[in-house]
Amino acid sequence: MTAAARLQLRGVQKAFGETEVLAGVDLQVHEGEFVSILGPSGAGKSTLFQLLIGGIRPDGGTIHFDRAPLHNGTARFAFMPQRDALMPWRRILDNTTLGLEVQGMDRRAARAKVAPLFAEFGLQGFERHYPAQLSGGMRQRAALLRTIVQDRDMLLLDEPFGALDALTRAAMQRWLQTMWKRHRWTALLVTHDVREAVFLSDRIYVLSPRPARVLHEFHVPLPRPRDASSSRLEEASRIEAMVLATLLTPEPAGEQSS
Amino acid sequence: MSENLSFPAKVGPAVVAVGVVVLAWHLYADLSGIGVTTLPSPLRVAQQAWVHRQALFDNAVPTVRATLLGFACSLTAALLLSVLMDFSGLLRRALFPVFIISQTLPLVAIAPLVVLWFGFGLFPKIMLVALVTFFPMLVALVQGYAATEKEIVLLLRSMGASRWGVFRLARLPSALPFFFAGLRISITYAVVGAIFAEYAGAARGLGIYILNAKNNFRPDLVLAAVGVSAGLTLILFGLTVLIQRAAMPWIRFDRDPAP
Ligand SMILES: Nc1ncnc2c1ncn2[C@@H]1O[C@H](COP(=O)(O)OP(=O)(O)OP(=O)(O)O)[C@@H](O)[C@H]1O
Ligand SMILES: [Mg+2]
Repeated sequence: MTAAARLQLRGVQKAFGETEVLAGVDLQVHEGEFVSILGPSGAGKSTLFQLLIGGIRPDGGTIHFDRAPLHNGTARFAFMPQRDALMPWRRILDNTTLGLEVQGMDRRAARAKVAPLFAEFGLQGFERHYPAQLSGGMRQRAALLRTIVQDRDMLLLDEPFGALDALTRAAMQRWLQTMWKRHRWTALLVTHDVREAVFLSDRIYVLSPRPARVLHEFHVPLPRPRDASSSRLEEASRIEAMVLATLLTPEPAGEQSS
Repeated sequence: MSENLSFPAKVGPAVVAVGVVVLAWHLYADLSGIGVTTLPSPLRVAQQAWVHRQALFDNAVPTVRATLLGFACSLTAALLLSVLMDFSGLLRRALFPVFIISQTLPLVAIAPLVVLWFGFGLFPKIMLVALVTFFPMLVALVQGYAATEKEIVLLLRSMGASRWGVFRLARLPSALPFFFAGLRISITYAVVGAIFAEYAGAARGLGIYILNAKNNFRPDLVLAAVGVSAGLTLILFGLTVLIQRAAMPWIRFDRDPAP
């Protein structure tokens, strides 16, 4: 990985009043790379995403995209929020075209662009349904479809499968891996699930509890597809164990601010 | 919102309850020996309503007109002001107390004054109907905007939506269930507001009809007019429910519907 990173965060800090949330986060994501962020609940993972999409501004540090400082209003990212955030009043088809509509594409063109993808996302026949009529897994796939059709430089996925039952989640992870192999999106994923992170990622950042810093960076040099029958299962388990150990004993040789 | 009950199962209990009340009233009026000029039986009220149907109809027309016009005015005003107040915190802080104070004015005192200032015509009625229906709708809208899911707003911002875009695509539709709840409350005040205004002074209308009937010792006609006004309110209420169904087709599927 000698090429310059697409996304580059250096020493990013953020506090909400007295609450220090991010205490200098450094991370990068390269072109076509799938990177995960693992961290305890309340560490500041969603806050990090908010900084990227311009919902809030950092108090310190720099964020660069393709070596240029990230400005508010330049929408580089396709963001999938922690809950699916589907609009209950829009049919699934119109939910998935939302990003395109905001970009100014007219409704008909947007629908024509999204409709062929419904089969691939396992949503065929549900175009005219409302979100309340879909199962949790289908809603999640619809939210993901809404995210990727925006054709942005990079995907930001905030716990996309967090609300799903274990079985559906496993199926969705497999499905996402297949999709990623095909499309090679550059993606940053937030998750609580160590196995999910190892299964999907090229690299994993483990954050400390709030105020968050990067505790450790793990590489996952396993070939894809990665499944239960994979000959490298043992290595995957070893990485999982290391990541878990870092998460559970979050104090390495620690210079800690406050 | 009740689940998949059949129509008789839905309205049956209400019909029975109303029937019991009417029956009790009838028995009391019949058996207690109370005078017709004090408490007429429901049968007599119905008979007299039929006899005076033309007069009742003629007087209901101006009441309906005042109700609908006043309601249309307050609906427009509530929509416009709610949008302005959503975009400007200054305006919100300035106007909200004014509207709250407007709600504390007793209608009994205000109605004659409005008639005194604006005469016996349509205008004071429209004003009074607007006054009593405006606030519940405004509050509902403002609350509805505020109930917009934060993640949806964040999502739209990440897509590059403007403030107006966020309002149009998220805040306005999020407010719809609240808006209809407010509408249902308002509409029940609307007819009463118009009747109050007529009571304070009018050439024609259910309000003035009630006043005259009372002065002529005809409680049966008073009750007949009350029945008409209740019927009008029920019809308007039913209309808002139908409009809501048409405007919010997804609500049928919602597992945890808002108010
Ligand atoms: N707008 C805000 N104002 C004040 N505090 C906030 C705000 N947003 C987040 N916080 C605080 O920042 C901390 C981190 O929140 P954040 O949502 O980023 O955590 P997270 O890592 O995504 O947690 P989870 O895994 O549970 O989603 C929390 O303590 C939260 O209370
Ligand atoms: Mg979060």
